[in-house]
Amino acid sequence: MLSYVLKRVLSSVPVMIVVAVVIFALLRLTPGDPAAVLAGNDATAEQLAKIRESLELDEPILVQLLTWFRNLLAGDLGESLLSGIPVVRMIGERVGPTLALAAGTISVTILVAIPMGIVAARRPGGVLDRMVMALSVLGFSVPIFVTGYVLIYLFALKLGWLPVQGYRPPGDGLWSFAQRLILPVLALSGVYVALVARITRSSIIEVLGEDYIRTARAKGAPERRILLRHALRNAAVPIVTIIGIGIASLITGVVVTESVFNLPGLGRLVVEAVLARDYPVIQGLILLFSFTYILINLVVDILYTVFDPRIRY
Amino acid sequence: MTEPAAPHRNPVIRVRDLSVGLVHGSHRPVVDRVGFEIAPGETVCVVGESGSGKSVTAFSIMGLLQTNALRPTGGEILLGDEDLLRAAPERLRHLRSTRMSMVFQEPMTALNPVEKVGRQIEEVLLLHSRMGPAERRQRTLAMLETVHLPDPERIYESFPHQLSGGQRQRVVICIALILEPDLLIADEPTTALDVTTQQQILTLIREMQERQNTAVLFITHDMGVVADIADRVVVMKDGRVVEVSDKERILRAPTHDYTRMLISSVPSLVPELREPLRTEPVLTVEGLHKTFRKKRFLRPASEVRAVQDVSLTLQRKEILGVVGQSGSGKSTVARCIVGLEEPSAGEIVICGERLDRAGTAARRQMRRRIQMVFQDPYRSLNPRVRIGRSMIEGPTNFGVATEAAMERAGELMALVGLPTSALDRYPHQFSGGQRQRICVARALMLEPAVLVADEAVSALDVSVQEQVLELLDEIREETGVGILFITHDLRVAARICDSIFVMNHGRVVEHGPAEHVLARPEQAYTQKLFEAAPGRHWDFRNFRPIEGNSA
Repeated sequence: MLSYVLKRVLSSVPVMIVVAVVIFALLRLTPGDPAAVLAGNDATAEQLAKIRESLELDEPILVQLLTWFRNLLAGDLGESLLSGIPVVRMIGERVGPTLALAAGTISVTILVAIPMGIVAARRPGGVLDRMVMALSVLGFSVPIFVTGYVLIYLFALKLGWLPVQGYRPPGDGLWSFAQRLILPVLALSGVYVALVARITRSSIIEVLGEDYIRTARAKGAPERRILLRHALRNAAVPIVTIIGIGIASLITGVVVTESVFNLPGLGRLVVEAVLARDYPVIQGLILLFSFTYILINLVVDILYTVFDPRIRY
Repeated sequence: MTEPAAPHRNPVIRVRDLSVGLVHGSHRPVVDRVGFEIAPGETVCVVGESGSGKSVTAFSIMGLLQTNALRPTGGEILLGDEDLLRAAPERLRHLRSTRMSMVFQEPMTALNPVEKVGRQIEEVLLLHSRMGPAERRQRTLAMLETVHLPDPERIYESFPHQLSGGQRQRVVICIALILEPDLLIADEPTTALDVTTQQQILTLIREMQERQNTAVLFITHDMGVVADIADRVVVMKDGRVVEVSDKERILRAPTHDYTRMLISSVPSLVPELREPLRTEPVLTVEGLHKTFRKKRFLRPASEVRAVQDVSLTLQRKEILGVVGQSGSGKSTVARCIVGLEEPSAGEIVICGERLDRAGTAARRQMRRRIQMVFQDPYRSLNPRVRIGRSMIEGPTNFGVATEAAMERAGELMALVGLPTSALDRYPHQFSGGQRQRICVARALMLEPAVLVADEAVSALDVSVQEQVLELLDEIREETGVGILFITHDLRVAARICDSIFVMNHGRVVEHGPAEHVLARPEQAYTQKLFEAAPGRHWDFRNFRPIEGNSA
C-alpha cells in the first residue's frame, strides 16, 4: 500500500515538471518579442526594458528556464503587469471564495447524489427511480447561469431569505459567510448531483447482479445491509472516478458561478486576467489549475486502492 | 440429534408439486409439479442438463428467485412443518444460514471481492446470533480450521482474490455451515474446479454432512459425481422430474429412456484400443518454451514459466489430447501453436514449414493450415452476423470468391449435420451444440491440416458433448485433419484421443498412446489425476460397477 502511494506520488512529479515547462514555453514561443506581447500596444520603451529585465529575456533560453524553475520552487510566479502585485499574493487573496464554493459543491454532491443513486437502484423502473432519473435530466440540461438566476429570483428577490450576491470571509461571522454561499453552491451542484446520481445508480444496479450479492442474500442479510455494505463499496470505483472528473471540471463551473453571484474568487480572477492580457497572472492560474488537476487524479488513484484491495498497479 | 437418520420418516425438507413460472410471457412452467424429500444426513442429487429447472428448484427453496422474472405458481416447500412459499420475506431471511444454506457454482465470484474473508464468514454470526466480536472471531477461526484451511489466522485476514478456487469454495462452505443448518443446497459446487480440488471439496462436504447430520441437496450435471456421493437421485428434464430412485437403482437399471441416455452418454475412462496411425506428421513442436514477464516497480520483473520444453508431433488423422489442470500450460501451448502467443524458445513446424522463422506474409499463409475451435460456442460467433458470412470470412480473406466460399460453406453444413438454410440464420437461433458444430465447420472452411480444439466440448451437456465428439471423429476420417485436443476431462480424452500428453506446471509429465497413459499411468501425477476423476468405479455405458477395481 505504502509503496503504491509512494510510486503514484513520484510518478506525478514528472507530469508536474512537463506542465511547468509547457507553461513556460507558452509565452516564450509566441512569435515576436514576448516583452512586446506582454506590454501591449501602447508601451513605452522604458516599460519594455523593465519587462525584459524582469523576465531575463536577454539570457539564453535554458538559463531562463532554470530561473523559472528556481522561482517556482521559491513560490515566486512573477508580478501582475497591471498592478505590480506578486501573482502568488493575488491568488492567495482570491482563493478563499473558490475553495469554499468548491468544497460546498463537492459536499452537497456527495451527500445528495449518492443517496439518490442508491434509492433509485433499489427498484429500477420504480417510482423513485423514475423521479431520480427525471431530476438528473433536468440537472444536466439546465445551464448554471439559468439555475443561478432562477435561484436568485426565487430565494433572494421573491422570498428575501438569502442575499442576492457577494462574499464575506468566514472571519466576519460564519452565518453571513454561509448565507452568501448557499445559492452559488446549489446552482453549481445541479450538474454534479445529476451526474453522480446516475453513475451511482447504474454502478449499483450492475453490482446487484453479481454472485456475491446472491451469497449475501443466502446468508440472510437484510436488503439495507446488502445495499450499503456489499453493493456500495463494490460500486465505489466508478463513482469516485466521476467525482474526481467532476472536481476537475469544477474549474469551468466556478468561472460562471462566480460571475453570476459576484464572488471575488479565482474564477473571476481568470476572467479579469484574460481580459487584461495579464500574462503572469494567467500563467500562474494555469499552473495552479494544472497542479490541482494532477493532485485530484492522484487522490482518486489512491482512493481506488482503499475501496478495492484488488487494485495494485 | 442423537438418533441416527431414518430416511423418509422425518424429512428435513419436502417439496411437493412445486411449479415455477415466468412472470412475463409464456404460460409454460419452468418447473412443473416437482416433488422430492430429503432426510437428515441424506444426500439427494438432482441431475439434468442445462434448462432442466434444477437450479430454479434450488433457488425456490432458498427464496432467492429473481422476483422480477420467476415466480412460484403452485405447490409447497416444507422445511420441517413450515411452508417456505407462504413464509414472509423477513421469516425467510431468518431461516437462511440458520436452517438452510447454499453453496454456489462459481467460487471465484461468490465472495465479496472488497471484504476480508474472515469478516464475510463472521457476517452470518453477526446477523443471526448474539455473539460478541471476540466470540465471533473465535468461532470463525475454528470453522476455518474445520474445513481444513491452512493457517486460519492468515486466511481470516485475506481477500478473496488472494485465495485459490478450492480455498474460496471452502470459505463459501464455512459461510454456509457455520450455524449448522439442517439443509445444505449445493448448486454445482465443483463444476468450476479442477478434478483433484473437486475431490477434496466433495470429501469435505461429506465430512461436514456427517458431523452435522445435514440433509444435502446436490445439484449436478456430472454422473460421475452422482456415482460418488448420492444416496438418492432425482432426474429432471424440461422442468419435470422424470425419475426418482436410489442411486444404485438409477445407475444399474434406469427405467426412463432419458435417464438411460443421460447415463450411457458418460464417456468411459477406459480408452478403446486404437490402431496406431501410420501417417505423415502435420505439426511438430520441438522444445517449446513460453515465459511471461511482468515488470514491477523497484523490483526485478516477475516471471511465470507457463510452458517449459514441450515437444510433440501430431500426425494426419490423429487426435492428440493434451490434458492437465488449470494452470498446467495446456492452453498456452495451443495459443503458441496457432500464433496467438509468441513462443520464448523452440520451434513449431506446420506441414514442413517453420512458423517462427516465417515472415509476416508467409505466416498469414500458414494460418490457413491451422484453425481453432474455442470453448464457449455462445461467445465465439459474432451475434450480429449471419452464419454464412461468418463461415466465408476466412476464405474470402484469402481471395476465394464469395459464391465459391458459400458453396463450400453449404457442403460443410451438411458435413456437420445442419441444413444449408442455417447459413441465412443468426447464432442465437441455434442451441449450444449446434453452434459448436458451426464453429467446427467454420474452422474447416480453410481446409486446415491442423485443428486446435481448446476445451471444445467442456461447456456442453453430456448428450450434446457426445454428438460433437462423434463429429470430430468423423471429420478427421473424412478430411484427414490432425486434431490437437485440449481438455481437462479425462473421460473425454479417453473417448476420442489416439495419444495423450499429460501436462503439469508447464511440462509434459507423461505421454504415449491413450490406452497406455490412461489404463496404465506410470507417473504419480497422472495416477493422481486419474484417481480424482469422479465415478471412476462405475462403468456408465454398461450400467454396472467396474470389476476388479479396488474401491
